[in-house]
Parts: sequence; structure tokens; C-alpha cells
Amino acid sequence: MEKFGAEILVDALINEGVEVMFGYPGGVVLPIFDVLYDSPIKFILTRHEQGAAHAAEGFARATGKVGVCLATSGPGATNLVTGLADAHMDSVPIVAITGQVPTGLIGGDAFQEADAVGITRSITKHNYLIKDIRDIPRVVKEAFYIAGTGRPGPVLIDVPKDVSTARAKPEKVDRVELRGYRPVLEGNKKQIRRAAEAILQSNRPVIYGGGGIIISGGSAELRRLSESHKIPVTLTLMGLGGFPGTHPYFMGMLGMHGTWAANRAIKDCDLLIAIGARFDDRVTGKLDEFAPHAKIIHIDIDPSSIAKNVPVDLPIVGDVKTVLGQLLKELEGLSQPNPKPREKWLAEISGWEKEHPLRYEKSKKLIKPQYVIEKIYELTKGDAVITTEVGQNQMWTAQYYKFDRPRTLITSGGLGTMGFGFPAAIGAQLGKSDSLVVDIAGDGSIQMNIQELATAVQYRIPVKIAILNNRYLGMVRQWQELFYNKRYSNTCIKCQPNFKKLAEAYGAKGYTVTDPAEVVPVLKEAFGNDQPCLMDFQVDPEENVLPIIPPGKGVYDTILAPPPKRKKKSSR
Amino acid sequence: MKKHAISLLVENQFGALSRISGLFSARGYNIESLSVAPSSDPTVSRMTIVTSGDDRVVEQIGKQLNKLIDVIKVWNVSDYDSIGRELILVRVFAGDHSQDEIIRAGQAFGAKVVDVSEKSLAFEMMGDSQEVENFLNLLKTFGIKELIRSGTLAMIKEGNK
Ligand SMILES: Cc1ncc(C[n+]2csc(CCOP(=O)(O)OP(=O)(O)O)c2C)c(N)n1
Ligand SMILES: [Mg+2]
Repeated sequence: MEKFGAEILVDALINEGVEVMFGYPGGVVLPIFDVLYDSPIKFILTRHEQGAAHAAEGFARATGKVGVCLATSGPGATNLVTGLADAHMDSVPIVAITGQVPTGLIGGDAFQEADAVGITRSITKHNYLIKDIRDIPRVVKEAFYIAGTGRPGPVLIDVPKDVSTARAKPEKVDRVELRGYRPVLEGNKKQIRRAAEAILQSNRPVIYGGGGIIISGGSAELRRLSESHKIPVTLTLMGLGGFPGTHPYFMGMLGMHGTWAANRAIKDCDLLIAIGARFDDRVTGKLDEFAPHAKIIHIDIDPSSIAKNVPVDLPIVGDVKTVLGQLLKELEGLSQPNPKPREKWLAEISGWEKEHPLRYEKSKKLIKPQYVIEKIYELTKGDAVITTEVGQNQMWTAQYYKFDRPRTLITSGGLGTMGFGFPAAIGAQLGKSDSLVVDIAGDGSIQMNIQELATAVQYRIPVKIAILNNRYLGMVRQWQELFYNKRYSNTCIKCQPNFKKLAEAYGAKGYTVTDPAEVVPVLKEAFGNDQPCLMDFQVDPEENVLPIIPPGKGVYDTILAPPPKRKKKSSR
Repeated sequence: MKKHAISLLVENQFGALSRISGLFSARGYNIESLSVAPSSDPTVSRMTIVTSGDDRVVEQIGKQLNKLIDVIKVWNVSDYDSIGRELILVRVFAGDHSQDEIIRAGQAFGAKVVDVSEKSLAFEMMGDSQEVENFLNLLKTFGIKELIRSGTLAMIKEGNK
């Protein structure tokens, strides 16, 4: 039976298991929206296409499934760009569908024409312009396959209006044949053997894990490797939750705002086992001071991530979960070394943990942002999905919330996109309807996609927003304080809406909190509420994220939190 | 910096070329020459790219190219025993020198005269990069008016892959 292109497209999406999608209508996608009108797919109308892209990401990051968004041509497509770039950097599987002007008008500067495929070429894993209605089923099948396999990423499909309105008999496609795309899952056996030997020979090993652990679903294997061989673990921002944050072998996050213990351990280790991580500059700092004494094993599914920034002694290309499984098996067959040196190494690390733990000065008068996060952690017991915005709020979350399980932290790592957290929370909530979803936000970032309050209210999506309101673009202000002589150029954002009233104006619940004693009661009330809630925590404005390794510097240049002030001893 | 010839098989598809050239510009790699045309299989194009960079950069180029969905296979031809050829069309001034002198120079390199006028003379010449370089150096003494190069084509010798 003949069908319209738009019908074939929506059928193909349903065939891929799509249950929910995010987007915004417009001229050239009218035929697609007309089909969606009575399709079983739940459509979430965001209030900005950027919100749709981040919501699709939030859905994908929370569930591991491919997230889908839809926008019109021209401005609709360009509004998706930030979300695509974000998904590309953090390896998030999304499929974005954009409308395009009719094929006959392409290239003629038609109304709302933009070269979506050209614009997004370097920020997608792959993209398509469909010129022939008969290609729709194949392209959709390939797009989902490419987005979700290997190192995942965003795929864009640009659909001209005349392709949506043409008619054809849909072809059945049930297999993908891509001769240029065959991700390698299993690691090379000889390399695995060598890695196992290196692990057994090492006295001071460290595991440095990244987002690949979560994407591959390899946390159980990672834990077994760490526990059975007494190997301490540090994680990148993207890796948090891939190893229990409360585990005695966990040293905390590494890098610019990492813990002293994690960064010191990297400095002194003799073996660095990098797993699903990519040696980002926010992690390594000064390259020649990063793991200077270590032999480096690097496990990653993307060969181009290996030896990109740092030379690697033992590269293993493959899926993290699969390779770790192979490695554990290999290790089982080998005789175990003397545990003494490892125990000494772990003790040394505990020493660093005690020397400079994460700390901040407590206050009874001012709300400390770290305190809010600690309380969110205590109240949720880690059983929640936390998204963040970007800046200090994000780094404090990474430091003070203990992520025990994968996919409980959803944050924009590689691109550092302000405005990500709230729409991502909406997407995450749709994927995890039973979970409590909290966006830990900054007062600057939240204003970048605040319009999505309307989305949350319309669809009764009960996400919670906790703004750590310091009335500054705090992270930038912190850099100005430390590196630009406190010249606070354009970072003070005191002029801001009354967030409580704003939330109420949208029909959500709003709270303003200025007293530290109110933090817990308000959190409790909001978490117990089934509405979207916005909490405006007015925090200490000039609190800094510490420790910090200044950009391009090494661990010995760390600026640490000052030790707690001693209370005056009362005279006897 | 060493020159490297990279040979690729890519899907003969809309957008494949811009994906590849876009990758070079986005990641700051340089392209000295690029040639592309369909292979014996019309759905597949053969591309030869000459680039330069240290070993680490060239290794990254290979990996990044491999990551593109449209790229089917990549070889760094410079790692193998190979044949490299370039075709050039070159026009030299014929004013100050006798045409015979110029034609003899061409003959020494197996170049064919393809266009003659009072003021200039054009050759077609083919060779490996060294031969082309030598020929052009010789022609410089007459004065080169116009030069069009195909870019290098490279083929790995049988039994070397
Ligand atoms: C879209 C975007 N623009 C600019 C930046 C640069 N930037 C990084 S953090 C930051 C300040 C964020 O302020 P706020 O949301 O209030 O968070 P805080 O650091 O105060 O917690 C800025 C401007 C960015 N990351 N993203
Ligand atoms: Mg702020």
C-alpha cells in the first residue's frame, strides 16, 4: 500500500521503538506533525528547539536508549545545533529530524532554508539529507544504528517537505549494511594478556575511568577489577556513578576540581589504567606532569581517542564492558602477586585523603552551596537522577553528591553547555518516570532555558530545580577573582527575576530560601510534591570551588581549601 | 615535515567529499593535494590525499578518517612500497628561447606538447613527484606561465598490503 513520506517516517520511528519525542513544529514539518497527531508516540512540545535537543539527550543519558527530537527547517534546525554539539562531545545517542525546504528549492535561499547537513557536519556522528522517499526506511534504520552503537553520538536526518508529501510503497528494511562502519567490541587477546601482566606487576596502580564505563554498562566489571586487585579508582565528571562514590577505593573525581588524593595518586602511580576516558585537558592539566611515572593502558572503543593527547603504552580498542570481562578472565588464570605493596599504596592514598579532604567552611547565617548539595544527597540517599547546569553548581555537585550508580548524574561535560540541565531533567524524567529528578542549577544557567517551565507544567513532569543562587556567573567570577585581580567584568547578575514568582507565573511551585535552617524542610516539601518545583537557594555569593588546579598547571600548583579555623579554646 | 599520501575508499555519495575535507579543516590538518574519482565499483570512490605532519598527527588523521561512516578503508600509502604519479599541464613562455630548445627539454622528461603558439608552449607531463619536481625546475629557466597539477595518485604495489 502506498503511503506518504511522513507516514513512512513515523512508522520507521515506531519500528525503532520510539515512544517519546521532543520538538517544535513549523512550516515544512507540518506533514510530519499531521501524522504524529494520531500516532502512539508521545510528543513533548518544548518551548524552544534547544530544549528539545537537550531533553532528547536527557532521555538518552538516563535510559541508554536513543533520544529523538524534531524541528522545522532554518531557525528550527539552527536552534538544535547546541544540543547536537553537546551530544557529540559527550557521546550521547540522539536522532534529530529536521524539516527542509522542498528539494526543488534547495540552494535558492528559500524561506527558512538553512543547510542543516552542512551546518551540523562536524557536530554529528553522521547526517543525512533524504532526497528520495524510498530511502526513508533505510536511513532511519541506519541513523538509529549509528547513533546507538560503537561510540554513540547524534545523527541528524534532514527531510525536505516534498519527500514528506510524496507517496510510495514503503520498503521493508530489517538489516543495516554499512561497509564503512563496524565498531570493534572485543579487545585484542595479546594486548589483554599484556595488560593483565602489567596489572600484576604494578605496585601503585590507578584506574582512571570515564563516561565509557557508563555507556558500555561496565560498572560491575570495573568494580570487580578494582576490588579483586585492590586498585584505587578515580573518575572523570562523565564517569561519576560508574564506580560507587561511597566505595573505600574511590578517591573522588580527578582533574581541575578533583580531589587532592586523586590527583596526587595520578602523579605517583606506576600504572594508569584509563578506561573509556579521553585525556581531556580539564582532566590532565599540564600534560607532561600527568601520570609522569606511569605505564599507561588505555581501553576505549574509539581508536581516535587513544594516543590523541598522551602517548599510550598499551592501547586496547574495544567496548569497555567486553574488554574488562576479557581482562578479568585473563587475570583469573594468572598467579596473584604479593598484596603488601598494594596495601601500602592504598594507605598512602588514605593519607592524602586525610591531609586534604574536600571541605568548606560551614555557616549558620549563610546558606553554603555545598551544604545544599549534601542535604540533597542525604535526603535522596543517592536514589535520584541528578542533572546539573554548568559552572560552580556543576562542580560542587560532582564533589559533594556521592553517585553510587550509573546514569544517576546527567551533566554536560565536554561542551559545558549552560542551560542544559533543566531540559535534560525533563527528558530524564520521561525516561525514568518513577525516579526523583533534580536539576542542580545556577542562577545564570537556569535563565538560558527557563521557558521549559511551561513544558514541565503542561505535561505534569515533576522535576525539581534547586538553584544555587549566588547572583553571579559564579565560575567565571571565580576565575576573575583568582586570575584577573578580582575585576568582575560582566559576571554580576544581581538583576534577576524573583524566581519563586516566576515559577508560580508558569504554574509551577516556587520557593525562596535564605535561611540555612530552611534548606532541609523546603527540600523535603519539594521532593514530596508531585508538581514541578523550583527552589531558589540564595547562597553565599563569593564561595569558590576548591580545590582548583589552575589551567595548564600541575598537581603541586593546586589551590586548596583553607584548613578549618580553630575555635578559640575557652580558658579553664 | 614528511609528506604522506593517504589512499581512501569512500562511498560515492553526496556529502562524502565535504565530510572529508571538512574534517581536515576542522581539526587543523593540511591538505597538499586531493584527487577523487569513481573506482572500478561505481558506488565507491577512490581518493588520494597528500598531507604532511609528524607521525602522531598522521596517525590521528588516519583514525579520524576511519571514523567517518562514508569512509570504507584507509591506507597510509607512504608506509608501503608504492607507485605515485602526478599529471601536470604546464605552459611556458617561448619568447626568449627557441621553441626547439624547449621541446628538447620536454622530450628529456617524456612530456608531450599539447598546445603551441607564438608566445608560449604547453606540455602534458606525468611522473612521480621527484620527476615532476625536476621537470618544473628545468622549465623555470624558460619561465612558467601557467601550471595545473592533478595532485598525486598513489597505488600500493601488489603483495604489499
Ligand atoms: C552557553 C554558555 N555560555 C557561556 C559559558 C561560560 N560559562 C561557564 S560557567 C559560567 C557561569 C555560570 O553561571 P551560573 O549558571 O550562575 O552558575 P554558577 O557558576 O554561579 O554556579 C559561564 C558564563 C558556558 N559554559 N555556556
Ligand atoms: Mg551563579
